Amino acid sequence: MPFLELHGYGWFILQGAKLTIYVGLCAMVLAFALGLVGVLCKFSGSSVIRFLVDCYTTVIRGIPELVLILLVYYGTPTLIQDVSALFGHHIYISLDPFVAGVVTIGFIYGAFSTEVFRGAYLAVPRGQIEAAQACGMSSMLTFRRIILPQMMRFALPGLGNVWMVLIKATALISVIQLPELMRNADIAARATREPFTFFFVASLIYLGITIVSIIIQQWAEKRASRGIIKQ
Amino acid sequence: MDIILQSLPRLLDGALVTLQITSLSVIIGFVLAIPLAVMRVSRLRILWMPVYAFTFYFRGTPLLVQIFLIYYGSGQFQGFLDSVGLWHLFQSAWFCAVLSLTLNTAAYSTEIFRGGIQGVPHGEVEAARACGMSGLLLYRRIIIPKALRISWPAYTNEVIFLLQASSLVSIITVMDITGVAREIAARSFAFYELFLTAAVLYLILVYGLLWIFRRIESRINAHLRAGVR
Repeated sequence: MPFLELHGYGWFILQGAKLTIYVGLCAMVLAFALGLVGVLCKFSGSSVIRFLVDCYTTVIRGIPELVLILLVYYGTPTLIQDVSALFGHHIYISLDPFVAGVVTIGFIYGAFSTEVFRGAYLAVPRGQIEAAQACGMSSMLTFRRIILPQMMRFALPGLGNVWMVLIKATALISVIQLPELMRNADIAARATREPFTFFFVASLIYLGITIVSIIIQQWAEKRASRGIIKQ
Repeated sequence: MDIILQSLPRLLDGALVTLQITSLSVIIGFVLAIPLAVMRVSRLRILWMPVYAFTFYFRGTPLLVQIFLIYYGSGQFQGFLDSVGLWHLFQSAWFCAVLSLTLNTAAYSTEIFRGGIQGVPHGEVEAARACGMSGLLLYRRIIIPKALRISWPAYTNEVIFLLQASSLVSIITVMDITGVAREIAARSFAFYELFLTAAVLYLILVYGLLWIFRRIESRINAHLRAGVR
C-alpha cells in the first residue's frame, strides 16, 4: 500500500508501541494496588481515613489527566526546590518522564479502580462476611479469604474498562517527551512530513491493543464465572 | 501567590475558551448522536455497520491521536481541501479542536443512547404501536424521551469526561485553561502554582457542571418521584 509507506520508521513506531504497553501495564499494576488500598480505606472504621479516601477519589476524578501529568512532571521538582530553598538548601531535581508518567496515570486510575472495587465489595453477599466472622476470622482474614476472591469476579468488567481507558491515556505522556507510541509517531511524522500516515498507523495500533484487550477480557470473565450458574 | 493573582484574569479567559469549546462540541455531538444511535439499533446492515465502525474507531483510539490526525494530518491533504475550499478551516486550531472533540463525544454518546434505546420497556413500544404510532412519531414521542431518561446518568459522565478531555486542545496551541497555564508557567517557571490553580478551576467547572446535570436529571424524572400528588 503506497499510502502506508513508513519510510523505514516501522520498527521505530513498534518500539514506541512496546513502551506504551509497558507503561500501561506498570500504571495498571499501581492503579490495581491503589484501588485495593482505597477500597479498604472506604470501608474502614475510622471516619478520618474514609474522608481522606473520599477526597482522593473526588479530587482526582475532577482534574484532567494532562494537568496532573504537567503538575507532577514540572510542578513537583520546582515545588521541592522552592521548599528546600526556604531551608537554605539549593538543589536541582528533575523527574524521569517514565516514572512521572507511570505514577500519575497509576494514581489517577487508582481512584477509578477504587470505585470499581467499592461496587464489587458491595456485591459480595453480607451473609458470607457474617458467617466468616462467626467462624472466628479476623477482618483482614475475612477480606483475604472470603471477600477478595469473590470481589475479583464482580470487579473484572469494571477493571477491564479502567484498563482500556488507561492505555489510551498513556498517549498523554508523549507531552513530557517519553518516547512511547504517540511521541515516536510524532517524530516520524515531522521527519517525513506525512503526519496523517503516521498518526493513522498509531491509531490502528491503539485500536489493535483495544481489540486484543477486549478478547482477553471476555476470556477472563468467562473463566472467572466458571461454576456460577447463569440465571 | 502573586503570580497566581496576576495570571488569574488570563486563566479565567482560558476557562471561557474551555467552556465554549466543550459546550459547542457537546451540543453538536448530541445532535449527531441521536440519529446515529437510532441507526445503530437498526436491523439493516447498511445502517448499523458504518455507525458501528465509526464508534468503534473513535472509542478505541486516544483522543490525542484524533486531534493530531485532524489538525496535523489534514496538511497531507492540503491540495484536496484547498480545491473544495475547506483548507482555511483546517488551518485553525480552534476549528480542529471542536471538530475532533465533537466526533469523539458523538461516538461515545451514540453508544450511550443505544443502551438507552435498548432499555426502553417493550410494553411501552407495543402500547404506542397499539395507539397507531409508528416510525418517526414513535421515536419522537415514546422511545427517545424514555431512552434519554435512562441514559442521562451515563451521559452526564460523558460530558464531564469531555470537559476534562478538552484540556488536550492546549497541545495544538488553543488557549484554554491548560494552554494559558502552560504558557505562563513556561515563561515564569512558576509551574506548580499555575498548574494547581488550573486544577482548581477544572474542579470548580466539573462539579458545577455535575450539579447542573443532576438538576436536569431530577427535572426530567420529576414524574417518577415518590410522594408526588
